[in-house]
Amino acid sequence: MWIYEKKLQYPVRVTCGTDLKLAQYLLTQYGGPDGELSAALRYLNQRYTIPTNEAKGLLTDIGTEELAHVEIITTLIYQLTKDATAEDFKAADMGSYYAIRDGALFYSDSNGVPWTATYIQAHADPITDLHEDMAAEQKARAVYEHLIKLTDDPGVKDTLRFLREREVVHYQRFGEALRIVQEYMDTKKVY
Amino acid sequence: MKERMVLMRQIQDVEFALTELQLYLDTHPFDQKALMDFNCYSQQLLMLKQSYEMAYGPLLSYGFSPSPYPWKWLDSPWPWEEQF
Repeated sequence: MWIYEKKLQYPVRVTCGTDLKLAQYLLTQYGGPDGELSAALRYLNQRYTIPTNEAKGLLTDIGTEELAHVEIITTLIYQLTKDATAEDFKAADMGSYYAIRDGALFYSDSNGVPWTATYIQAHADPITDLHEDMAAEQKARAVYEHLIKLTDDPGVKDTLRFLREREVVHYQRFGEALRIVQEYMDTKKVY
Repeated sequence: MKERMVLMRQIQDVEFALTELQLYLDTHPFDQKALMDFNCYSQQLLMLKQSYEMAYGPLLSYGFSPSPYPWKWLDSPWPWEEQF
């Protein structure tokens, strides 16, 4: 089971106030292909067929951390949009977003394409699944680097840098889990 | 309010060290030094959370934190409303 902790994993600071366009760019890390929701669901779903306890632990723990990252991204989006009026949405060329949702969040990428389970994969083969996870971390790292280039807000940049760094650490740990799984499979001589 | 944020930041710092150690120990379960660090920070976290919760209400749901009267769980700010 999971227990909710009423705090953010990392302090979110929006320094420059409302910025609807930036919120729209960030949306892809909420409900986009390489976003935090995709990450959490990908890892937690792969746990059931992964063979070693190291990998079971890692998928559980990184999957859980990704849920905390979902909350960091939504906090950024919320704080960038909470004071916006219909006029602000129109001025940012986001009247079409306002028409459907006002300020509500939704699981989609920055272009409004809704989240889909096809963003994630699971094949039971532990080598395949861990490679998928490592690739996912690199894709998310690249997206965070793009996002950092898209904003001048120092607070938002700081939070995005934290999230980018987590992708690097997760990639490293998944690589170690892959080595452990490979050693395990070699001793079992499955072929 | 300021004191609450200082305590919250301390909890975030210690919890971050523990998150890092948790993931590291998942792939290095026999690293005794890392495990000692983990247990040491875990003690620190327990004390920090106790002082936070005594002053500002529960951090955890489902009975993992006690609550004074009236039900303090509902108090603002919620995490996404927090101004750091």
